Amino acid sequence: MKKNLPILIALAALLVLGVMRYEHFADAYNITSFWRYNSMFLLISIGMAFVIITGGIDLSVGAVAALASVVSALASPHGGLAAVLSGSLAGLAVGVLNGLVITHMRILPFIVTLATSLGAHGLALLLGHNDAVGISSDSNFAAFGQGDLFGLPIPGIVSALTAFAGWIALRSSRFGRHALAIGGSEEASRLMGLNVDRTLVMVYALSGLLAGIAGAILAAQFGAGQPNEGVGWELFAISAVVLGGTRLTGGDGSIAMTVAGVALLGLVFNLLNFENGLGFISLSAYWQSVIRGAFLLLVILLQARVLSGNNKVKVAH
Amino acid sequence: MIDDTQRAAPIVQASAKKKRGVAIQREVAVLLAMIVFNLIFTQHFVSLQTFNVNLTQVVTIVIVGIGMTLVVATGGIDLSVGASMAIAGALAPMLFMNIDGPLGIVLAFTLPIVAAALCGVFNGFLVTRLNVQPIVATLVLFIAGRGIAQVVTDGSLQAFTNPAFQWIALGKIAGVPFQILLMLVLVALFTWIVRKTLFGKFLLVTGGNEDAAYLSGIPTARVKMIAYTVCAALAGLAGLISISVNSSSDANVVGLGVELDAIAAVAVGGTALTGGKAYITGTLIGALIIQLLRYTLLAHGIPDAAALVLKAAIIIVAVYVQRKRG
Repeated sequence: MKKNLPILIALAALLVLGVMRYEHFADAYNITSFWRYNSMFLLISIGMAFVIITGGIDLSVGAVAALASVVSALASPHGGLAAVLSGSLAGLAVGVLNGLVITHMRILPFIVTLATSLGAHGLALLLGHNDAVGISSDSNFAAFGQGDLFGLPIPGIVSALTAFAGWIALRSSRFGRHALAIGGSEEASRLMGLNVDRTLVMVYALSGLLAGIAGAILAAQFGAGQPNEGVGWELFAISAVVLGGTRLTGGDGSIAMTVAGVALLGLVFNLLNFENGLGFISLSAYWQSVIRGAFLLLVILLQARVLSGNNKVKVAH
Repeated sequence: MIDDTQRAAPIVQASAKKKRGVAIQREVAVLLAMIVFNLIFTQHFVSLQTFNVNLTQVVTIVIVGIGMTLVVATGGIDLSVGASMAIAGALAPMLFMNIDGPLGIVLAFTLPIVAAALCGVFNGFLVTRLNVQPIVATLVLFIAGRGIAQVVTDGSLQAFTNPAFQWIALGKIAGVPFQILLMLVLVALFTWIVRKTLFGKFLLVTGGNEDAAYLSGIPTARVKMIAYTVCAALAGLAGLISISVNSSSDANVVGLGVELDAIAAVAVGGTALTGGKAYITGTLIGALIIQLLRYTLLAHGIPDAAALVLKAAIIIVAVYVQRKRG
């Protein structure tokens, strides 16, 4: 818990700053639009958290989301459900491919998912003929990104339910415990009789599926499948997971803290908009990446501080 | 005891040499096969223009790839090379457009590369002093570095024509662009450094087994620090070449995605991402294989997007073949 304090304090400080300083920060409109927009990042970050917990990495989620957005836009004339399903299935397919190549060909996840990200991007461009694909206007697909249910944004509900399910799964399901065990020591897990390969395939499949759903939301929210969107999303997701205190060596991690990481990265952008709206200073949008990087650095420094306290046994470098 | 080690040394060296030969052979064979294919099936393939076009396309990737090879050899990775390129690319025009004469040109070549090298020092500091994993450590500058370049230039495009500065990219010696010669010189220089110098030995040993290297007295932290610094400095140089080719510097675009291209070239070139190996010439050949594949597909009317899918397959197959070879 100690290592989670820095990010929770930072998050609380940003929230207090926002509420105190900006009139409309705590308005229902700002909260729902923040939640609606960040639901895509939340989905891919949850998938990424599971992957990182097993000691792997998935660099393909951004390109997979782009591919899924194109696929669901192409399927949207057949109805909203078909669009969402086909986008999710496209993501799932790439995820399963990632998992199978990693487990059967024994290649590092970094390389495999780097390659599939190129492949998925190429496929998205091919399917979209190098251009954005508009979604069908007479289907109800747009509601998946823009609609509300009980006054709450639909993508927000999807991502919140996914986060809750992920939290339960990591804590209490066989799948979640196996993922943690594999991240702790793959060799020991294998010797204990766990089906390591099956769990790994499931983890990458989950990551692909969630990226696929994020892609469907992307298409529905912006009215078009976008083959060139999603660049850098994987690194956003990795930073959110790292901000949440999960180390890339695997074996531990938390879905709740990953949600906090996504919220922190999203808040930086949100607060910057409000600050510019006040008109005292004018910070260009470019500052958001600098500030996000600074936050990442801050959390890394604080974590290194905390961890160096209980990790003295290792060979000093 | 002493006799034993003395006798063992040449054998180890000989086997290492043999292994190195084998490791590069397959990549060279693939490259040659692709060239032969093009000689037969692609029209106008044999021309100085084709040669120049294909090589100038890979110059920045290879130069970044050399540095990446060093970092990968230590068992690390550098995601921030694109950001280093953008920072160097943003600084250079500011210098030679505001300072006239040779001084401006000299400063435009030195200061941006120093700035890029400082990014590497920052990465190296996080990796060696704070024991942050390389992916996470370099992720900081990957995110923030391009933002810094964008803030410095306010995200606007700096267009320029400065023959003296742009000679690094547009100048030609005997019909061959200077940037290609520069790339080849750098490949030769770093191949020599890795194979023949003490630093090269330290580099490979550090990547092979860091704890063992540290315990046997190798300054592993310093070796890694040098690798990250050199990598970033080379990325800075690549940034200068990139803006010279385009006659403009756009912080949003310079070096975008180069980290993936460089890592792909390193992987296809036979350097294992687990560390302990460094094939600089392999990286050159890896980059050439990927470029020639793209060229071949384009020359036969297959769209660029399809080339991406094939590139993905090539990376997987290349790494799989290397892994099997052990």
